[in-house]
Amino acid sequence: MSDKPKFAMYWAASCGGCEIAVLNTNEKILDVDANFDVVFWPVAMDAKYKDVEAMQDGSILLTLFNGGIRTDENEHIAKLLRQKSKILVAFGSCANEGCVPGLANLSDAREIVHTAFNTVSTDNPKQVYPMTSYDVPEGEICIPKILPTLKTLDQVVDVDYYMPGCPPESHQIAAVIDLVIQVLQGKAELPPKGSVIGAGNSTVCDECQRARNVKTITSFNRIFGQEIDPDLCLLEQGIPCNGVATRSGCNARCPTAGAQCIGCYGPAEGVVDYGARLVSAFASVIDAKEPDEIDRILDGIPDPAGQFYRFNLAGSLLRAGKSAWEKA
Amino acid sequence: MTQHGGTSPKLALSESKGEERIGVYVCHCGTNIAGVVDVQEVAEWAAAQLEHRGVVIGREYKFMCSSLGQELIEKDIKELELTRVVVAACSPHLHEHTFRTACKNAGLNPYLCELVSIREQVSWVHTDKAAATAKAKAVVSGGVERVIRHAPLEPLRVPIHPDTLVVGGGIAGIQSALEIADAGYHVYLVEREPSIGGHMAQFDKTFPTLDCSACILTPKMVQVGTHPNVTLLTWSEVEKVDGFVGNFTVTVRKKARKVIEDLCTGCGICQEKCPKKVIDDVYEAGLGYRKAVYTPFPQAVPKYPVMDVENCTYFEKGTCKACEKFCPTNAIDFKQQDEILTLQVGNIVLATGYDLFDARRVTNYGYGRLPNVFTSLEFERLSNAAGPTNGNIVLRDGKTTPKAVGIVHCVGSRDRNFNNYCSVICCMQGLKFAHLVHERTGAIVYNFYIDMRTAYKAYDEFYQRVLEEGTLFVRGKVAEITDVPRRPDEDGHLIVQVEDTLAGKQRRIPVDMVILSTGLQPRYDAKETAKRFGLSCSSDGWFIEKHPKLDPISTMTEGIYIAGCVQGPKDIPSSVAQGAAAAARVLGKIQQKEISIEPVRASVNQDQCSGCRICNNLCPYNAISFDEDRGVSLVNAALCQGCGTCVAACPAGAISGTAFSNDQILSQIEGLLLLNIDEPVTA
Ligand SMILES: Cc1cc2nc3c(=O)[nH]c(=O)nc-3n(C[C@H](O)[C@H](O)[C@H](O)COP(=O)(O)OP(=O)(O)OC[C@H]3O[C@@H](n4cnc5c(N)ncnc54)[C@H](O)[C@@H]3O)c2cc1C
Ligand code: SF4
Ligand code: SF4
Ligand code: SF4
Ligand code: SF4
Repeated sequence: MSDKPKFAMYWAASCGGCEIAVLNTNEKILDVDANFDVVFWPVAMDAKYKDVEAMQDGSILLTLFNGGIRTDENEHIAKLLRQKSKILVAFGSCANEGCVPGLANLSDAREIVHTAFNTVSTDNPKQVYPMTSYDVPEGEICIPKILPTLKTLDQVVDVDYYMPGCPPESHQIAAVIDLVIQVLQGKAELPPKGSVIGAGNSTVCDECQRARNVKTITSFNRIFGQEIDPDLCLLEQGIPCNGVATRSGCNARCPTAGAQCIGCYGPAEGVVDYGARLVSAFASVIDAKEPDEIDRILDGIPDPAGQFYRFNLAGSLLRAGKSAWEKA
Repeated sequence: MTQHGGTSPKLALSESKGEERIGVYVCHCGTNIAGVVDVQEVAEWAAAQLEHRGVVIGREYKFMCSSLGQELIEKDIKELELTRVVVAACSPHLHEHTFRTACKNAGLNPYLCELVSIREQVSWVHTDKAAATAKAKAVVSGGVERVIRHAPLEPLRVPIHPDTLVVGGGIAGIQSALEIADAGYHVYLVEREPSIGGHMAQFDKTFPTLDCSACILTPKMVQVGTHPNVTLLTWSEVEKVDGFVGNFTVTVRKKARKVIEDLCTGCGICQEKCPKKVIDDVYEAGLGYRKAVYTPFPQAVPKYPVMDVENCTYFEKGTCKACEKFCPTNAIDFKQQDEILTLQVGNIVLATGYDLFDARRVTNYGYGRLPNVFTSLEFERLSNAAGPTNGNIVLRDGKTTPKAVGIVHCVGSRDRNFNNYCSVICCMQGLKFAHLVHERTGAIVYNFYIDMRTAYKAYDEFYQRVLEEGTLFVRGKVAEITDVPRRPDEDGHLIVQVEDTLAGKQRRIPVDMVILSTGLQPRYDAKETAKRFGLSCSSDGWFIEKHPKLDPISTMTEGIYIAGCVQGPKDIPSSVAQGAAAAARVLGKIQQKEISIEPVRASVNQDQCSGCRICNNLCPYNAISFDEDRGVSLVNAALCQGCGTCVAACPAGAISGTAFSNDQILSQIEGLLLLNIDEPVTA
C-alpha cells in the first residue's frame, strides 16, 4: 500500500460511456495513477466489495460515481462508497439526474421486466423470467433486486460535487483532475460543497457560435429533410434545440456539428426542473394564437418526454410516472 | 449549488433559516372568512405547529384591515420584536398595501410582510368547514415559508416629467387636456383626424337635456385651440412609446397637411375653389360631401384644412392646383412632408373613443341594401341643422318626409352573434331620435326595444317625456326588416317584423324609415393601440382598467390612464368625468415631482444569461432589451412591472425577480404541502 491518496470509480445503472470518457483523457490518466492509489474501479481492475467494506470510513479521498440507482446492489454500493469516501462526486448524467435509464421511471418495474423478457425483442416461448434468488446445492445464489424507480445518487446519499454530461467531456474531466491534484499540492482550494464542477455557469447557447435573433417559432422540424442554415440558431429554424436550457461546458458540440442539443449537460445553475423550464421557454416563443395552430406546432414534437426529460426525468420534480411512483 | 432536491423530499434550494420572529394574523373578514374557516384554530395551529419555523405569535381578529387590526400588528412588531409578518386575509390586490404600511409604521421594512389569501382562495370557494380550515392552514404555512426568504426592499425613486400626452381629442380627451392645462402644466393633444371634437361634434342634440351639441362642445374646442399650455397636434398619430412612468419618450407622426399652418388664415377659399368632391365617410357618416382639401366642419379646431392626397386631382393627374392659385396667403405646399416629432412626457391619457358598430353585419336588418334603413350616426347628421339636409329628416331620396318611423334598439349589442355587452347609450339615443322625429316631422314613431335602460340622472324622466309625446313602444327583438310586402297596406313600405312580447304576438309594422340604434364597439385598431402603449384589452376589445370599481381610469401600466369610451361604452357625462379624473391623477403625479415605484422587479444575471433571446419578445411592458455587444439581455428596472413572464420563460434560470425568486416560490409550495410540519402535537 502506498501512501498516495486513494481513488475509486464506480458504475451503477449506466452505459459505460463515463468510464470511456475518463480513459479518453489520454495521458492525463497517467497523472491519476501518479497521484492516486486506485483502490476500486471495477471496470479497470479486479476488486471485491468486501475489500471496500474492510476499508476505513473516509479513507478514499475521491470517488467518481457514475450511474443511477436502479437496483439494491447500486444502492448498497452507493451507501458504502459514501461511507468510505471523503469526496463523492456524482459523475455524469446518470448519477446526476438519471439520464436515459431514468426514462424507465415512466413504467413500473414489472412493465420493464416484461418489456425486456417478453416483447418483440425477446423470443421467450416458455415465459422464463429471472428470479432474484435460486437454490443450488452450493447454497442460495442471488441477483440484485430491481427497485421501483431509478434514483439519482443524491436521492440516496449525500453528494459533494456534481459533474454533469453524458458523458462528461474529456477536457472537463482533465481539468477537474488537475484541480484536485492542485488542491492536494496546496495550490488551489476546493469549491464549496454542492457545487457543479467541470461545467459552465450559463447554457449551451453561450458557447454556441450560431447567430441568433428574437425568436418566433411557427413549426418544429427534424434536422433531416430541410436545408439548415449553418450559421443561424437551430431553434430559430424550428429545430427543437435544447441548448437554451442546458448547462454550458461542452463547447456546444452538437449545435456546432449541426445537430440540436439534446440536453446531456442538464439544467443550468439554479434551475430545479429542466423539462419544465424548457417547456415554458419553447411555449413562450411559439408564434400562434389559435388553439388549432398551437396544436399543429406542438405536434412537431412527437415525443415530449424524450424531448424535454431525456436526461432529467429521475432528477426532475416529476421524478417518475404514476405507476412507478406509487410503488416507490 | 446543487440542482437536485437532495435526499429529503424538499423542493426548496436554500436551507431555511429558523431565526426569524414571525407574527401570523388571521382575519375573520366579518363572516366572509370566519363563516367557513375556523380562524381561531388556524391562528392557534400556526402558533403551535409553526413555532419551529419562527412563528412567535398567532392571532385572529374580526377585521385585520381596520385601524384596530393594524394597531394589533404594529404593537406586536414593537413588543415582540417581530421580523416578519404573515397576514391571512383577502387578496393582496386589496390590502397588501394596508398591511405593508402598518409594518412600515412600526419600523419594519414593508416587504417583510406577506399577505396570503384565505378569502378568495379559501372561504369563498369552499363550503366544507373542516377542509377549508385545513386548506387555510396550508396557505398560512406557505406564507410563513415564503416570508422567511423575503428580503427588505427599498422603493425605486424616479422623477416625473411635468408634460402630459393626451391621445384622442373627443370630449374625454378635451376635458383631460383642459384640466391639466388650466392647472398650469403643458399638454400635447394628439388627434388623428383633422379636427378635435370626436363623435360629439357630429350630433345635433344631446340627451337627456337636448342641448345643442355644438353649442356646448365648440367653446371647449376653442379653449383647447387657444390655450397657451396646449400643443395641439391634429392629423397626427403616435407611432411609438418608450420609457416608463414619469419618463415616456413618444414618437408622433405629424402627417403632411400640405397646408402651411403659419401662413393659413383659415379663410376657406381653397375648399371653396377645390373642384374635387369626395363622399365624407367620417364626419358626415357618408351622407354628405367634402372637398379634397377640407376642414371637416366649419367650427373645426384647428382651423387649418388638410389635403386628402389620395383624392386630390393634382396628386392623381398632375394638374389642377386650384387651391394654390386662389390661396391668398400662399399657404398651400404640395411638397410638404410628414414630420416626426419626439415628445418627452411624464404621463399619458388615452382617450381614443369608439367606433360605431357596423350595422351591415346584421344582414336581416337590411342596412346597406334597403336605402331607408339608417344608422344612428347617419340620423345624427340628418337631424343636424348644419348637416347635409340642413336638419330636415327625410328619406334617402333627400326630399320625402317619412310618415312612420321605426327605431330599433340594441343593434349589435346584447346579442350573442355580435357583442354581448350593452352599449349603454343606445336606449337613450333611440329615445332622443324618437323625440326629434316627432318634433320635426310629426310622423308616427315606433321604438322597438328589448329592455329599456334609462339609468342615470334625468334619463328616465326623458323616457317618460317621450312616452307622453305619443311614441309607440313595442317590446321585442326585431326579427327582420324587409321591403317585401305581404299585405296591400305594406306596399311601398319597409316592414318591421317583430314579436311583441307584451302583446304576445307576431307583428308586421309598415314604416317609411328605420333608424338602427347601433351600438358602440372598440376602435378597429384598439388592439394595436393597446400594444403600442403596453396595455391590454378585454376579450371585447375595450381597454382594461386597473380595477373595475375602484380604479376605472388607471391601467396596469403606471403613468398611463384611460378616459371615455376607450374603456367601455358610456355617455358624455361619464366620459367627461373620466377625462377630469384622469387629469386629477396626472396632476397628482406631477405634483409629487418624483414617485416611488414598487421594487418588485426582474433582473438578469449577466453571467448566467446565454443571450439565447427567448425572453426578448415576451415582456408586455417592453422592458427587455438585448445588448448585441455583450450578447446578453437586460431588464430596464423602471419599465419592468414585475409580472414574472420572463422569469418563468428564461430557460437558463438567469432572470430572477425580487420578491418572487425561485427560492421564495418553491419554499411557498413546500409550505403549502406542509413538508415542514413536525409530527402533529397530540393534545
Ligand atoms: C349616435 C350617437 C349618439 C349619441 N348621443 C349622445 C347623447 O346625446 N348624449 C350623450 O351623453 N352621449 C351620446 N352618445 C355617446 C357619446 O358619443 C360618447 O359618450 C362620447 O362621444 C365619448 O367621447 P370620447 O372622447 O370617449 O370618444 P370619441 O368621441 O370617439 O373621441 C375619440 C377621439 O379620438 C380620436 N382617435 C381615435 N383613435 C386615435 C388614435 N389612435 N390617435 C389619435 N387620435 C385618435 C378620434 O378621432 C376622436 O376624435 C352618442 C353616441 C352615438 C353613437
Ligand atoms: S443552436 Fe441551440 S445552442 Fe445554438 S444558439 Fe440556438 S438554441 Fe442555442
Ligand atoms: S390641388 Fe387638390 S386640393 Fe388643391 S384644389 Fe386641386 S384637387 Fe383640391
Ligand atoms: S431567456 Fe434568459 S438566457 Fe436567454 S437571453 Fe433571456 S435572460 Fe438570457
Ligand atoms: S417580469 Fe420580465 S416580462 Fe414581466 S415586466 Fe418585468 S421584465 Fe417584463
